[in-house]
Amino acid sequence: MANFTVEDALRSRWSASAKPRAVRTFAVLGIVLAVAALGLGYLASSAPGAGYWLAVLGTALAGVAAMTCLGAAFVIQFSRLVGTWLFRLAFLIFVGGLVGIALLAWVPALLYEQVDAAVADHYGAGATGVLTVADLEAVGWALPTDSIEVRRQGAVGWAPPTDSIDGRGKAVVGSAHPTASFLAYALWPLQFRLTRDILALVGVVGFVSLLAMFTIWWERKVAGRMQSRLGPMRVGGWHGWAQSMADGIKLLQKEDIYLEGADRPLFKLAPYIAFMPALALFLALPFSAAWICRDLDIGLLFILALAGIGVLGVIVAGWASNNKWSLLGAMREACQMISYEIPLGFALLVPVMTTGTLRLTAIGELQAGGFHTWLAFQSPFTLAAAVLFFTATLAACKRAPFDLPEAESELVAGVYTEYSGFRWSLFFFAEYAEMFAVGALAAILFFGAWYSPLPANWGAAWLHGPLWQRALYGILFNGPLWLIFKGFFFLFVQIWLRWTLPRIRLDQVMYACVQVMLPLSMLVLLGATFWALLVPHGSMLAVVANLACTALGVGAVLAIIGIVFYGYSNRRQLVGTLAIEHWPGS
Amino acid sequence: MTGEAIAFYLLAAVVTAFALGCVLASNIVRMALCLLGTLGGVALLYFLMAANFLGAIQLIVYAGGTLIVIVFGVMLTSRAYGTKLRVRPLEMIGAAVVTLALLAGLTAILVRTAGPVVSPSTPDFGVAQIGTELLSTYLVPFEVISVLLLAVMIGAAYLVQPEKK
Amino acid sequence: MLTIGLTHYLVLAAVLFCCGLYVMTTKRNAVGILIGAELVLNAACLNLVAFSRYRTGRLDGQIAALFVIVLAAAEAAIAIAIFVNYYRLLSTIDADEGRQLRG
Repeated sequence: MANFTVEDALRSRWSASAKPRAVRTFAVLGIVLAVAALGLGYLASSAPGAGYWLAVLGTALAGVAAMTCLGAAFVIQFSRLVGTWLFRLAFLIFVGGLVGIALLAWVPALLYEQVDAAVADHYGAGATGVLTVADLEAVGWALPTDSIEVRRQGAVGWAPPTDSIDGRGKAVVGSAHPTASFLAYALWPLQFRLTRDILALVGVVGFVSLLAMFTIWWERKVAGRMQSRLGPMRVGGWHGWAQSMADGIKLLQKEDIYLEGADRPLFKLAPYIAFMPALALFLALPFSAAWICRDLDIGLLFILALAGIGVLGVIVAGWASNNKWSLLGAMREACQMISYEIPLGFALLVPVMTTGTLRLTAIGELQAGGFHTWLAFQSPFTLAAAVLFFTATLAACKRAPFDLPEAESELVAGVYTEYSGFRWSLFFFAEYAEMFAVGALAAILFFGAWYSPLPANWGAAWLHGPLWQRALYGILFNGPLWLIFKGFFFLFVQIWLRWTLPRIRLDQVMYACVQVMLPLSMLVLLGATFWALLVPHGSMLAVVANLACTALGVGAVLAIIGIVFYGYSNRRQLVGTLAIEHWPGS
Repeated sequence: MTGEAIAFYLLAAVVTAFALGCVLASNIVRMALCLLGTLGGVALLYFLMAANFLGAIQLIVYAGGTLIVIVFGVMLTSRAYGTKLRVRPLEMIGAAVVTLALLAGLTAILVRTAGPVVSPSTPDFGVAQIGTELLSTYLVPFEVISVLLLAVMIGAAYLVQPEKK
Repeated sequence: MLTIGLTHYLVLAAVLFCCGLYVMTTKRNAVGILIGAELVLNAACLNLVAFSRYRTGRLDGQIAALFVIVLAAAEAAIAIAIFVNYYRLLSTIDADEGRQLRG
């Protein structure tokens, strides 16, 4: 049997009338959105204050939507031709994307820093002037180090050997290095806030889509391994890496089914109510101190609020489906969410109280000094709060053992029963995005945020070195890569639990919340309060508790890694010989 | 036109549209969704007025809590879904006349008595100040509210307990 | 017109208030009446915050609004509990049907 590839998915049945109609719709929509994006962009460039935010948001959303629509029109129109190169491009994105985003995420932060330094150099610190390309070249930050030195020495009062004078009477260095000139052109837009915001938004959208696709594939692989199967193996070649992509294309082509008697507008709207907050909470989620879309002083509350709104989408979906299983799923979701938000809130109060701030970057910065400075290991109570938080987020993300809203053995598929195609996939994008978000939140609040477990003074000299040293420091010692790694670690634990634990009954869910987790979380909050009051920082008890908790945490992490490694190294025995003999490509 | 004005008019339009949606919708879940839109718009208005904490609390408590309770209540009490509760036209017209008159009167008074437009000179308050205020100046109301919430919790639990056979 | 001041917010709050009032008077579904009440409370909150921002220059308005939000949540919880009981007794959620005072 030939491998099922992305091309096959693209070639599959478009009816004769559906294809031109789809192309036309997408193309018109894309052009309209592009015009809207341009208009909003113009507004944003002139609007200060809160209007600026809105215009930026509108521009970015309209721009992304326009690109998506035009791309979709293109792909559908040429679906017979694009197979091979789309396939290669997709593979590049898939392999390079997850690591690449993490690395690239650090590079723009450094570039921003350079551009800001250039602006400050030119206009003085704190000024907001607009540099021309020639100014950027003149500052010379893109040149090799020696020529920067030369320029700095010769440029006292900006009087270099000049060839030309620009519009504002500033002397411009002539005959700049060609790469410097090129980089100056490329980076000129980076000095504007609008450009940075749009880049960040596009990055967030791209990251979330890649994340969801990767995680769905990963979950299926993990599930397969845990059940002595192989999981997806065909699509794309290497371990079925393109399975999610092929599934996505398949889902886009599916018929959009509505039920007779379903509340149509609500039915259509519900997936977006679930999806948009899941996407938007990434705007306030810091990937590192420098790499965050908007560093809000109420960042934690903002994320909590958006997670709460997303639930409403699921509930409305269950209601609008006009199906009793969906409605039951929705009611389960409602009472589960309302109940588990309380222990979740109490568990969140512990780090907030310990650090005294709701700003996520500030909470992260306090955990910079390696393993033992992580917040979870400060006292027994913070460790307990971390465990409670993780359990409550399992319920908040509808993950097993709390996946009652979609319990497929009892409720068909719960709230998702009547959904198909694109709308159905939106729910799953939202779910996986939220899973990663709560994992990353657990890392930020309790487990050292974007810092590595290594002591703070390791590699500290590189923090102020040249560009490449700082970039390397950002990758190795702190930076987005670490946060993404930790987020995926917690994501893996969630997947692991899902395929290990049986689903519990609704009354057991309620019992676990109201009679176990709620009193426990209150005790933990009380304990943390008294700990903060009575145990002074640096006292014997604090140090001993810190060390004991750290040892416990390290032990748990090592145990998890050991178990996974053991399972992986024995996978051939686990999988069984029959499957191994038919391993594709062997 | 300043950014604040653009944002305000945009949000005002959104809030008004959703509030009108609440008025016009006959389906109760749609009304709840329109309420969500209104609440979200008002939360954004709080952000516009530099009351960030209040905006976030509005989203958490209202949109994340109250609204879910309302929708839950709709689900619990809707076995007769589909039988619409018709509003008598006379009642509707009367209510419309009264509310429109009230709106006109209020607007007239507000516009008539409007002082000169002053831009706010107040500093933007952070979360820390709100916390300090709550636990110093407003300590008594804060405690009373917490007692009230406890009473509400017990009362609600008592009210919905199943009838004893 | 172009500079946003107190009056803008007050007028918007008046619109919200009137919408809420209309909903409270006309809807026969008890939950609908509750939604109307929430609209009215939101209008009040908006006023409080606007006054705090443009007149008093202190936090009192914001804190009062905070209390109103909490009270609205409490009110909704109790109201839904009452409606569930009401529905149990009368098998309808029509607020006009509840004419008798004995249980």
